[in-house]
Amino acid sequence: MPETIGFLKPRQAVLDRRREIIADLAELLPEGCLISDERGLKPFETDAFLAYRRLPLAVVLPETTDQVSAVLKYCSRYGIPVVPRGAGTSLSGGAIPQEDAIVVGLSKMSRILDVDLFNRTATVEAGVTNLNISEAVSAEGFFYAPDPSSQLACTIGGNIGMNSGGAHCLKYGVTTNNLLGVKMVLFDGTVIELGGKGLDAAGYDLLGLVCGSEGQLGIVTEATVRLIAKPEGARPVLFGFASSEAAGSCVADIIGSGIIPVAIEFMDRPAIEICEAFAHAGYPLDVEALLIVEVEGSEAEMEAMLRGIIEIARRHGVITVKESQSALEAALIWKGRKSAFGATGRVADYICMDGTVPLSQLSHVLRRTGEIVASYGLRVANVFHAGDGNMHPLILYNINDPKDAARAEAAGNDILKLCVDAGGCLTGEHGVGIEKRDLMRHQYSKNDLDQQMAVRAAFDPQWLLNPSKVFPLEGRPAA
Amino acid sequence: MIVHFEPASEEGIASVVRSAAAERVTLAIVGGGTRSGLGNPVRADRTLSTRRLSGIVTHNPAEMTMSALAGTPLAEIEAALAANGQMLSFEPMDHRPIFGTAGEPTIGGVFAANVSGPRRYVAGAARDSLLGVRFVNGRGELIKAGGRVMKNVTGLDLVKLMAGSYGTLGILTEVTFKVLPIPPAAATVVISGLNDAEAAAVMAEAMAQPVEVSGAAHLPESVRGRFIDGALPAGAATVLRLEGVPESVAMRAEKLVAALSRFGPGSQLDAGQTKMLWAEIRNVKPYADGTARPLWRVSVAPSAGHQLVAALRLQAGVDAFYDWQGGLVWLRMEAESEAELVRRYVRALGGGHATLVRADGEAHARIPAFEPQAAAVAQLSERVRASFDPARIFNPGRLAAA
Repeated sequence: MPETIGFLKPRQAVLDRRREIIADLAELLPEGCLISDERGLKPFETDAFLAYRRLPLAVVLPETTDQVSAVLKYCSRYGIPVVPRGAGTSLSGGAIPQEDAIVVGLSKMSRILDVDLFNRTATVEAGVTNLNISEAVSAEGFFYAPDPSSQLACTIGGNIGMNSGGAHCLKYGVTTNNLLGVKMVLFDGTVIELGGKGLDAAGYDLLGLVCGSEGQLGIVTEATVRLIAKPEGARPVLFGFASSEAAGSCVADIIGSGIIPVAIEFMDRPAIEICEAFAHAGYPLDVEALLIVEVEGSEAEMEAMLRGIIEIARRHGVITVKESQSALEAALIWKGRKSAFGATGRVADYICMDGTVPLSQLSHVLRRTGEIVASYGLRVANVFHAGDGNMHPLILYNINDPKDAARAEAAGNDILKLCVDAGGCLTGEHGVGIEKRDLMRHQYSKNDLDQQMAVRAAFDPQWLLNPSKVFPLEGRPAA
Repeated sequence: MIVHFEPASEEGIASVVRSAAAERVTLAIVGGGTRSGLGNPVRADRTLSTRRLSGIVTHNPAEMTMSALAGTPLAEIEAALAANGQMLSFEPMDHRPIFGTAGEPTIGGVFAANVSGPRRYVAGAARDSLLGVRFVNGRGELIKAGGRVMKNVTGLDLVKLMAGSYGTLGILTEVTFKVLPIPPAAATVVISGLNDAEAAAVMAEAMAQPVEVSGAAHLPESVRGRFIDGALPAGAATVLRLEGVPESVAMRAEKLVAALSRFGPGSQLDAGQTKMLWAEIRNVKPYADGTARPLWRVSVAPSAGHQLVAALRLQAGVDAFYDWQGGLVWLRMEAESEAELVRRYVRALGGGHATLVRADGEAHARIPAFEPQAAAVAQLSERVRASFDPARIFNPGRLAAA
C-alpha cells in the first residue's frame, strides 16, 4: 500500500558504516546476541501495526543491563538510531525500526529477580511477559493488575513504554499506577535507578515521565511492580442492549452512581458475532450491543453490586442479563473479549483506534464513528473498555487493496479527531507510535508540543532513541 | 521590599513571568502558604500568588472528574465533592497542624507538593488522580498537558512531572483530577499490644487477605493516647481500615479479625471513630505539638520501617509511628535532627526517601530537606528543569539546597 506516514530519512553515514558497526557490536556482546543477516532481521521489521515495515541495520539481544549500556554508549558515540523492542505487540508501530537503526530487543532479559510478598512487589527484567508476573505469584494469592489483551506475549518493558492498560484498569489503574521503580539505561550508557520498594522518591517524578514515553527517553531493563491480593471471587455478567446508545448511557450511569466494577467492556453487534464465532463464549447474538461487567469480592459483595448494576441496566432497557455460572463460563467470556483483535484478524484486516472520550460523549462518539466509517464505504467493529471511555473501533479493510487501505487510514484519522474534539485524547493505552504521530498537533498546541520535545531532548539531545515516533517530524528542535 | 504579584488570570501570570524571565528576577510561587515550610527555604526577589485564580471550572459528578483553578481553596473543592457524595481518594494531608500555619490550602498546592494521605498505598498519590494541568512555564508560555479522561498516553506524561515539582517547573493555573465516591460505610479493626516488628508482620498479613484494607497504620503506645481522644484500647494499636457497602465492611471486618486474632486481641471502631482516627493519622496529630522539634517523613519498603526506627533508637532520642503498612514512618526527634544518621540507615535498609519536614530555622537552612539523589539522576533532573525554566526563576532552592 502507499505509505502516508513518513519515517526519518536514513542517515547515509550510518548505512555506509554498516559492516563496521556490526563488527563493533559483535565485540560488545556475547555469541548469539547479534542478528545482522536479512533472514534473521525479517521478523523484526514490523510489530502488530502491520501496514508499515522497515528492515533494521542490525538487532541486538543483550542479556544484561551492562550490555544494553555498552550498546547505547556505542550508538550514542557514533550517532546511530536505536529502537527498543519488547515482544513487538505494539498496535501503533512503536517497535517498527528504520533502515539505519539498531533494534535493542529485551527478549533475553526475562528473569524474575525478586518476589517480595511481605512488601507486595516483584522485581523483574524488562523482557518478562505481563502474564508471567501474575503466574509467578498466583499460587500465593497475588496478581499484577494491568492486563493488556496481549498479556500472554507482551513484556513488562513494553508495558512501561506504552503505559499499557487493559480491561481491569477501571479499578486498579494502568501501568503507571502499578509501577514502583525501574532500572534504565540512558542513551549515553548511564544506568540510573528510579523509585524502589518504597512509595515516594525524591525529586521530580521521572518514573512517571518514563512510563509511557515510548522508548524515547532510555531503555528500561528492570522494573519493580506492585502486587495485589487476589479477590475472593470475580464474576463477569453479560448485559445485552437493543442499541449502542442504550449501552453507552448505561455505562455512564453505572459509573455516575458511584459503583466502580472491576471492568466494563463493550462490544457492538459485529464484534459480538466475530468473537462468538471464535470463542463460543455464550454471547447473545440477538442484541446490538453487549456489556461485560465484572464485579469481584465475596459472594455477598458481588450480589450487592450486581443488584445495583442490574437495576441501572433495566432503566436503560437491557434485553438480556446473563451471569456466568462457573469459572469455566467466566473464563470463556474473557477469552472471547481478549481474543477480539485476533478473531477480527480472521475475518478481515483491520486497524484499531484507541481514542479515549469522556463518558458523557460515549454514545455520541459511537454514533459518529459508525457514520464516519460508513462514509468511507468500510465496516467497523467496536470492542473496548467502556468504563474509562477508552474506545477501540476496529476499521475493517483489505490490506491488499491500496485504495481500501488509504480509506481505512483516513477514516481512522477522522475518528481520532472526533475523540479529541469530544474532549478526549488520541490514545488511551496503545501509544502514539508512528500511527498517531502526525495527529499530535490536533491535540496539542505548538507550545504544548515544544515543551514535551524540550523534555525529551533533556534525555536524548541527539534525538536518536526511537526517533521516528511520537512527535511530528517537522518542527523538532535542532539536535 | 518584596514585591508581591497576585494576577487574576492565566494571561496575567504569563505576563509577570515573561518580564521576570527577561530581567532574571526570581519568583517564589505561593498558593495558600500553609505548606511553605515544606522543602528547602526559597530565596526569591518577588512572590507570585495564585490566590486570585480561584474557582471550580467544571464538576461532572457522573464522569467522576473535576477541574478547578489552582488557587481554589481545598475546602471549597471538598465541600463541592461531598455535596455529590464524592471525595479525593488520596486524602491530602493538612499541614497546618504540624507547621502551626494559618490560611487555606489550595488545590494547586496539593498537587504541586503531591500531598497524599493514608489511602495512598492502595489508591495512589495525588499524582495518580491528576488527569490534566494547565501551567505557565519559565518562558511565560501557557502549556496544557493531559486532559479530562481517565486513560491518556498521548505524548510524554508532563502531568506526572508537574505533580510534586514544588512550583519549580511551572506555575499551575488549572488542574483536572478524578474523584471517587465516598464509601457508604467504614470501620477500623484494631489489634492491640503488638511491638513494631510484630505490627509490620500483621499489616503485611492483612494486605495479603482478599479484604481490601484501605489503611494500615501502627500507633505505638507512646502515641496511642493522642488519637481519638484516647479512645483506642490499651496497648500499641495496629489499625486496619475497611471501606465499602455496609454488609461487606462488616463481613470483611469479621474475616480480618479472625485471620489476625492469633497475633493479639482484636476490636473494632465504628464509622465515626474511623473517620476521626484516619484524619488524625493523616495530619500527624501526635507531632502537631506546637514545637519546631525535628520531624521526618520517611518512605521505605514496608518491611524496613520498623528496622529503621529500631536502629535509630539505639543512638538518638526518637519517637515514631507508621502509616502505609509500615512503609511511611513519621519520626520526631527529641533534640537534633540527626540527618546523617537517618539517611545512612535509610540507605542501609534498601533505600527510600527521608524528608525533613520540620526543623528550627538553623537546621532548616543547613540540612537538605529532601533525600539527596544519585549524581546522574540529579543532573538529568536539572536538565529537565532547564527545559521548563531556562532562566531558573521559579522557587530557587526549593528542591535542592542552596
